Amino acid sequence: MPSSREIAKERLHLVLVHDRTDISPGLLQILKDELIAVISKHIEIDREGVEITFTQGKRYNRLVADIPVLGTRGRKG
Amino acid sequence: MSARIITITSGKGGVGKTTATANLGVALALLGQRVVAIDADIGLRNLDVVMGLENRIVYDIVNVIEGVCRLRQALVKDKRLPELYLLPAAQTRDKSAVSAEDMVKVCEQLRNDCDFVLIDSPAGIEQGFRNAIAPADEVLIVTTPEVSAVRDADRIIGLLEAEGKGPARLIINRIKPDMVRRGDMLDTPDVIEILAVELIGIVPEDEAIIISTNKGVPVALDNKGQASLAFRNIARRLLGEDVPFMALKDTSGLLGRFARLVRS
Repeated sequence: MPSSREIAKERLHLVLVHDRTDISPGLLQILKDELIAVISKHIEIDREGVEITFTQGKRYNRLVADIPVLGTRGRKG
Repeated sequence: MSARIITITSGKGGVGKTTATANLGVALALLGQRVVAIDADIGLRNLDVVMGLENRIVYDIVNVIEGVCRLRQALVKDKRLPELYLLPAAQTRDKSAVSAEDMVKVCEQLRNDCDFVLIDSPAGIEQGFRNAIAPADEVLIVTTPEVSAVRDADRIIGLLEAEGKGPARLIINRIKPDMVRRGDMLDTPDVIEILAVELIGIVPEDEAIIISTNKGVPVALDNKGQASLAFRNIARRLLGEDVPFMALKDTSGLLGRFARLVRS
């Protein structure tokens, strides 16, 4: 069991990412869906494996999309 | 003289802005500085009672801005420290009675007559907060080690950066060493890591604060306790002294309880 201090820290990290970027968890989901749709047009990806996360710098955050590629349609076809 | 204008703010209410302002005012005055503390919380004034000067108020900041009196007439001289003054907020008006330009004008008038102008900001991020930070050369943010207070402090840091008022420095108030030890409270390094700001003070939770507010005698004036020492240390840091952060005493154990008994 993590201590309540650890829980507080973790929750703050997450909520501040959204506060600082003004990107709500809902918007993040929309971004993810649209990214998957656009990329899927050109390459075959593992939709379930897509992860959109923020990495935190000092006071700046980076939006990172981790998209597992299965192979290009061109090559398959 | 050219005063440093320092605004004390927090975002969240009830974290100790007014207590911090009163005690830093007292501590700086004890170090020989001439200080004017301004209550910028128009309509909800409290710095006067925390400093114990409520019975001596004749005019307030809105009277000054509206030309009812001169600035000097509105300054309430502290009874214990000849170099400490209070400029009270108006109690029966609201934030719209003062503009950011008004605050800048008042502070510029004070700049040549003292060493420090401390501005006690209202909670929130509305006009009252904007008025309080407009004249600031430096900003101190008060937070407690709680999720809601830290979140609001982060918001304030962002707003200050956008206004070009940074970098702000942080006071972590009301930390409870025994809860930190048990893993039930955010510790100083946690808060600093999350907010990525410079720390200027850690103030432990201290019952002496409530007693001092009851009496209208700020702890920095004569109390020998931890909170008093913490505020006096912050004042010395403001003057450029390199004062190490004090080790917080855990008062929950048997030894701690014994120490409290001895002190009381």
